[in-house]
Amino acid sequence: MATDVAAPKAVTAAEFKGRVDPDWCPGCGDYGVLAAVQKALVELQIPNHQVATISGIGCSSNFPGFIETYGMHTLHGRSLAVATGFKMANHGMTVLVTGGDGDGFGIGGNHFMHTMRRNVDLTYLVMDNQIYGLTTGQTSPTSRLGMKTKSMPFGSVEGPINPISLALAAGATFVARGFSAEQKHLTELIKQAIEHKGFSFIDVFSPCVTYNKDNTFQWFRPRVKKLEENSGYDPSDWSTAMEKSLLWGDEIPIGKFFERTDVPTLHGSEPVLNQGPLVYQDNRIPPEIAKGFIDELM
Amino acid sequence: MRQSFAVGIGGAAGQGVATPGDIFAKVFSRRGLHLNAYNAYQSIIRGGHTFLTIRTGPEKITNMGDRLDLLIPLNQDTMDRHLHLLGAGGAVLYNSDSIKPGEHADGVQICPIPVSQLADISKNKVAQNTLAIGAALSMMGVGFPALEHVLAEQFRKKEQKVIDENVNLARAGYDYATQHFKPFAWPLPMTETKYAVLSGNAAMAMGGVAAGVKFYSAYPMSPSTGVLHWMAEHARKGNIMVRQVEDEIGVVNMAIGAAHAGVRAMCATSGGGFALMSEGLGLAAQAEIPIVVIDCQRAGPSTGVPTKTEQGDLWQMLGAAFGDYPRVIAAPLDIADCFKLIPEIFNVADKFQCPGIVLCDLLLSEGRLSVDPKELDFYPEIDRGELITSNGVEHEPYKRYKITESGVSPRVVPGLPGYTHTVSSDEHDEDGILISDEYTNTTKRRAMMEKRMRKMEGIEAAVPLPQLVGPANADVTLIGWGSTYGVIEEACEQLREAGISANYLPVRWLVPLHGDAILDLLKNAKHTIIVENNYSGQFARYLRSETSFVPNGYIRKYDGEPFMPHHIVEAVKEQLAGETNLSVPTHEIMV
Ligand SMILES: Cc1ncc(C[n+]2csc(CCOP(=O)(O)OP(=O)(O)O)c2C)c(N)n1
Ligand code: SF4
Ligand SMILES: [Mg+2]
Repeated sequence: MATDVAAPKAVTAAEFKGRVDPDWCPGCGDYGVLAAVQKALVELQIPNHQVATISGIGCSSNFPGFIETYGMHTLHGRSLAVATGFKMANHGMTVLVTGGDGDGFGIGGNHFMHTMRRNVDLTYLVMDNQIYGLTTGQTSPTSRLGMKTKSMPFGSVEGPINPISLALAAGATFVARGFSAEQKHLTELIKQAIEHKGFSFIDVFSPCVTYNKDNTFQWFRPRVKKLEENSGYDPSDWSTAMEKSLLWGDEIPIGKFFERTDVPTLHGSEPVLNQGPLVYQDNRIPPEIAKGFIDELM
Repeated sequence: MRQSFAVGIGGAAGQGVATPGDIFAKVFSRRGLHLNAYNAYQSIIRGGHTFLTIRTGPEKITNMGDRLDLLIPLNQDTMDRHLHLLGAGGAVLYNSDSIKPGEHADGVQICPIPVSQLADISKNKVAQNTLAIGAALSMMGVGFPALEHVLAEQFRKKEQKVIDENVNLARAGYDYATQHFKPFAWPLPMTETKYAVLSGNAAMAMGGVAAGVKFYSAYPMSPSTGVLHWMAEHARKGNIMVRQVEDEIGVVNMAIGAAHAGVRAMCATSGGGFALMSEGLGLAAQAEIPIVVIDCQRAGPSTGVPTKTEQGDLWQMLGAAFGDYPRVIAAPLDIADCFKLIPEIFNVADKFQCPGIVLCDLLLSEGRLSVDPKELDFYPEIDRGELITSNGVEHEPYKRYKITESGVSPRVVPGLPGYTHTVSSDEHDEDGILISDEYTNTTKRRAMMEKRMRKMEGIEAAVPLPQLVGPANADVTLIGWGSTYGVIEEACEQLREAGISANYLPVRWLVPLHGDAILDLLKNAKHTIIVENNYSGQFARYLRSETSFVPNGYIRKYDGEPFMPHHIVEAVKEQLAGETNLSVPTHEIMV
C-alpha cells in the first residue's frame, strides 16, 4: 500500500526534533526521557517514519508531540490498547508507548496486564513520577504510603503497587527500570528494549518537580544502584529478578531486571500475518474463498 | 395473504432444540423456500425454555408471523405453554411416553408418537427429536430423500453408524406419520432457487469481509457474540486479524489503533459494551480515524435481559461520548441488509474520517433468514476516501488536519517518509499540535470544530434518502426504523386485506436523518403511527427533536419479544377507531 521512493539516508538527531518545544515545567524529569529516546533512535538508526509513538493523557503523555515520528495522542489509560491495534496492523513499524504512572497503572492497569501476557512487540516507557502531574498533584498508584497530596491531604492510606514485580508476574519478557538523570544508562536500556522482540517495559523514575516533593531527583540520586554494576547479576533468572524488584529504600535497583527471548511475539504467532503487514495486504478475498463462505450457508 | 408454514420447536436449553431447527432450515431452503427463524431463549445453559419458530414459504418471509402450523414440544412445559396457540388445521407432534396434550382448539390434529416403541431410547436420548422431524416432513409432503441427505450432512463429522441410526429413526418417524396422521392441507411447494440461510451476525461479519475489514476486535456479549464467532472461525481463510480483548474499552481502542495504521477495523458489542466504548468513539472522531462499531441491541438498561430484543439504544448512540462530533448511524432493515450495510457505512466512515455505528438488534443478530446468494456480494465498491499511500510526489509540509472546504483532510498511511505527524485527542491545530496547553487559542479551536462538523454536510449528500413504500394515498402510514421493517411490511399487507390501505416508511440511516425529506414524504399522510421496540418512543422523540414532527399515534413493545404482524394490525385498527394513540401489544406466549 505505502511505497517509499526516497533514498535511504543516515538517521540524524535533527529528524526527531519535535515541531514544538516541550512545555513541561523547567526541570521536569520527562525532558531526560525524551532526550534518551531520541538518542536511542539515532544510535539504532531507525528513521522517524518507521516509528510510531503512542501515548495516553498526562504531562508525560504529551511526549509524542515533542518528537517527530508518527505520533498518536490518545485517551487517558488507553495507549497500550491503541498501540496493540496499531502494531497488529503494521508490525513493520517500531512502536513506542509513552505515558505516566496514573495512565499506565491506574486507569490503564487492565491493558497493562494484558499487553504483557500477549507479548506485544512494543516498548512501553512509563515516566513514573509517583504523582498525577497534569491534574495538579493527586495520589497515583505508585505514590508511597503516607504521602500527602491534594487528594489525600492527610497522607495516603493505600500502599503503592510495584510496577516491576507486577510486570514480572504478568509475563513481561523485558523488564527494566531507568532514571531520567542517568542519561547514558537510560539510553542504553531504551536501545535494548527497542531491539527486544516482544513486550519491553521500562519504568523510568522521572521526577515531577512541581507536585512531588517526596520523590525528587535528590531523593533518588543516592538510592539508585545499577544492576549492571553487579557483575553476578543474571537478567535471564526470573526468580532473582523478582527478588530484586522488591528492594525499595536505601537501595533501589535500576537497570535491566529481566529478559527472555524464547516467547513468541503476538504478531509472530498470527498466521494471518505470514503475507506481511496487514496494512499492505489485499483487502479483497479471492473469489474461491468468497464462494466457500457462501457455500457454507447453502 | 402470503402462503407460509410455521413450525415451533420448544424444550429446555440442552434438550437439543437447535439441531431440528438446523435440519428444518436446510430442508426448506434447499426446496427453494424462503424462511425466517427466531429463537426465544434465556440466559441459561441448561434448563429454562427455548422456543424456536421457523416460518417458511415460497415468497419472502420477513418475520416470524402470527401463528404456528406445527408444534413440536420436547417437554411438557412447551406443550402447556404453546398448545393453545394452534388453530384449526394445525398439528402437535409429541412423545406420548412422557408428554400429555392439554386443552386445545377444535380442528387441531393431536399426533402422539410412541417413542419407546419406535426407538431404543436407552441408547439415544434425543431419539424423540429425530422421530419428530421425520414425522413432520411426512405430514408436510416432503419426500424422505431430502431429509436423508440433510441428516447425512448434519452428522457428517460423526461415524457412519451415527448417521445410519439417525436416518433409521427419521425413517421410522416418517413412516409412522404416513400411516397414522393426516397430512397438512397445504403440502410444502418447491422452487428452483436455492437460498443461503444466515444470521444477522454472520451477515455483518461477512459484510465486513466484503468491505475489506482486516482487523476485528471484540469482547463477548450477547447478542453480538456471533459476529466474533464467525470472524474467529473464518479469520485465517479471509486473512483477517481477530482479537478477543480484555474489555470493550480495549476493543474500541485497538480498532482505532489498527484503523490509524491504515486498515479497515470493525468491532461489535451490545449496549453495555458500547457504553464502555463511548469515550473511544470521541477519540475516533477527534483524531479523525474511521472505525465501524456494531451495537446489537438487547433489552436494557444495565445487564437487562441478555437474550431478548429491544430498540432501546438509539439515544445512547446519538449521545455517545461528550462534545459535538460528526458520526453516522445506520440500522439494517433485515438480515440481508446486515451484509449490505457494512461496506456502505465503511465507505462513508472512510470518506469522512469519522466513526460509523451500526444499530442492529437481537432480532436480526440471532435470527436467521433465507437470502438469495446473489445478494451476498463480496466485491462491492470500496472507497477509502482521501488516503495518501505514496510519497512519490513533491508536497507541501504535511498537515494532518488541514482546514478544507469539505472538512476532510487527506489521511496518510503511517510508515511513509515525509509525512510524520501526530494525531491528537486534545484539540489541536492543522499540524496536530495541541492547542489546549498553556493557553487555548479560541480562533483555532473554533476553526477546528467547524472543520470537523462541516463533514456532516458531505455525509448528508453521500447517504441515500429514505423512501415511502406502498400506495401514496394510504389510510395509514407506519413509520419504523431498523429491524421492524419486515413485520411492518407484512402488517401493511394484512391491513390492506382488511380494507385499510397502508404504506410505510422504513428508516435506515438515523444520522444523517434527512429530516426535510422525511417531512416531505409525510406531508400528505392521513394518519401516521411510529412503531418501535422500546418504552419511550426513542425514535419518535428523535424525529420530533430534529423536525418537530408529531405523529398521530405510537405502537411500542418492550417486553423483550419482537412484534408479530397482528400486534401491529390490531393496534392500527384501535387507533384508527380513535380508541387510543398509544398501543402496547401484549405478547401472548410466555417464552
Ligand atoms: C477518563 C479520564 N479521566 C481523567 C482524566 C484526567 N487526567 C488527565 S491526566 C491524569 C493523570 C495523569 O497522571 P499520570 O498518568 O501519572 O501522568 P503525569 O501527568 O504525572 O505525567 C488525569 C487523572 C482524563 N483525561 N480522562
Ligand atoms: S507538573 Fe510535574 S510532571 Fe508535569 S510537567 Fe511539571 S514537573 Fe513535569
Ligand atoms: Mg505521573
